[in-house]
Amino acid sequence: GRSEVSGGTAVLWCQQEMEDKVISPEKAEEVKLKARYPNLGAKPGGSDFLRKRLQKGQKYFDSGDYNMAKAKMKNKQLPSAPTEKSEITGGHIPTPQDLPQRKTSIVASKLAV
Amino acid sequence: MAGPGGGSSDVQWCFSQVKGAMDDDVAEADIISTVEFNHSGELLATGDKGGRVVIFQQEPESKNQPQCRGEYNVYSTFQSHEPEFDYLKSLEIEEKINKIRWLPQKNAAQFLLSTNDKTIKLWKISERDKRPEGYNLKEEDGRYRDPNTVTTLRVPVFRPMDLMVEASPRRVFANAHTYHINSISVNSDHETYLSADDLRINLWHLEITDRSFNIVDIKPANMEELTEVITAAEFHPYQCNTFVYSSSKGTIRLCDMRASALCDTHAKMFEEPEDPNNRSFFSEIISSISDVKFSHSGRYMMTRDYLSVKIWDLNMETRPVETYQVHEYLRSKLCSLYENDCIFDKFECCWNGNDSVVMTGSYNNFFRMFDRGYRHDVTFEASRENSKPRSVLKPRKVSTGGKRKKDEISVDSLDFNKKILHTAWHPLDNIIAVATTNNLYIFQDKVN
Repeated sequence: GRSEVSGGTAVLWCQQEMEDKVISPEKAEEVKLKARYPNLGAKPGGSDFLRKRLQKGQKYFDSGDYNMAKAKMKNKQLPSAPTEKSEITGGHIPTPQDLPQRKTSIVASKLAV
Repeated sequence: MAGPGGGSSDVQWCFSQVKGAMDDDVAEADIISTVEFNHSGELLATGDKGGRVVIFQQEPESKNQPQCRGEYNVYSTFQSHEPEFDYLKSLEIEEKINKIRWLPQKNAAQFLLSTNDKTIKLWKISERDKRPEGYNLKEEDGRYRDPNTVTTLRVPVFRPMDLMVEASPRRVFANAHTYHINSISVNSDHETYLSADDLRINLWHLEITDRSFNIVDIKPANMEELTEVITAAEFHPYQCNTFVYSSSKGTIRLCDMRASALCDTHAKMFEEPEDPNNRSFFSEIISSISDVKFSHSGRYMMTRDYLSVKIWDLNMETRPVETYQVHEYLRSKLCSLYENDCIFDKFECCWNGNDSVVMTGSYNNFFRMFDRGYRHDVTFEASRENSKPRSVLKPRKVSTGGKRKKDEISVDSLDFNKKILHTAWHPLDNIIAVATTNNLYIFQDKVN
């Protein structure tokens, strides 16, 4: 389109476009983000976000779930301990035996070589 | 120290050493998480994600090569923290070393504090270079002799042996933090230290492990009302009653422990006013302070937020006295940096020995120095390509405009996985330690 317009009006049109575009780069990035994630809340630093940060390291079960599961198990035959440490997902309530054991580092740091 | 003019303008930085594996396949445990010189600069400690500490010691200057300052070689290495699982809270506790802080040296041994998310430990590093020989009741290999075979008595003597450096945990300061520890700081009284987590700061005595005093608590009664967290804290270098803590909202509070036992009310609050017209979704996130460091003089403090380094005069709370842009070109990339979580990266910063230059890291293994006096800044890269011994580092430049000059790198070519979060400056000399993901680079100024 622009290339078709004659000399004088083209200059005016470009100027107008430039004025519209002079929003901070930060705001432009915000527009981009909201376009990709329309459900994004207005407040990024809100309590949900901070609380998630505070919960780093939280694993999938708590003692309440564990005890409930244990109570249910009493009526059923106790399952033998799994020989393979398979990924715990879905409705399965993990027990301490199921958790992959975090191995302590026995390897020396490569900086010390 | 720097030449008569001071600062980086007359300093030529040269590659000195690089530690760590060369291969690109980085094990998570090898990710360096903290770097710290001791008070004399003779020792350099690193901590990693695998909970290990490696300490390097500077070799004394050799007569053969007076142009070189001593190299740093491995002095001691030990496993400081191990992974734990808190069954009560169902919480996995990482062994990653968040911070190391050295105690000032009081006797032959060296002491440092190392911390992971939950537990702080005091380590003693001592040398053994003699051993007793000539026992009457023991053989040299330790077996006990039959007393009936002893016919003469001798006095055991100490004989030299190969140097052995031993690290032993002397104190374990545990169970005082519900949230994740981000900072520790030794007080100038050399008796106490503080530890800070997301919501609380505790004061400890180095000799007492079963008790600590809570001095700051910003946990709201209702967690739904949580709006900010503590991101870093540090004691003043010589006023033992003063400390500061920074927040995720870009504020710094200075507290005076003489005022009250609980320092929830600050003595001073440092905050730069924000232009409401410029406010965006990202404003709060990029204003979050990732590091705060007092100057050696104790007159200033430096803060690092996502895009800049700010110097504050402790006498002026209204705004910083100096602001340095680390990588302003990232402002137009915030959307993707939010998506790949890089916007949450916590960069640290440090002062040189005479407070004339400050340094911080960036992406693409770049690190930046800002000379406060000359108003001159420079960007260097820590890479194996520039690692010929004593080769002078060439300044790097990121091209921001349309036209990219030769030797410049465009913003889109930057590697955001190569981040320099941790840097340290020798307290007296122009020697710096720069940590890439799994390598430690040591650079020195050219000694003529």
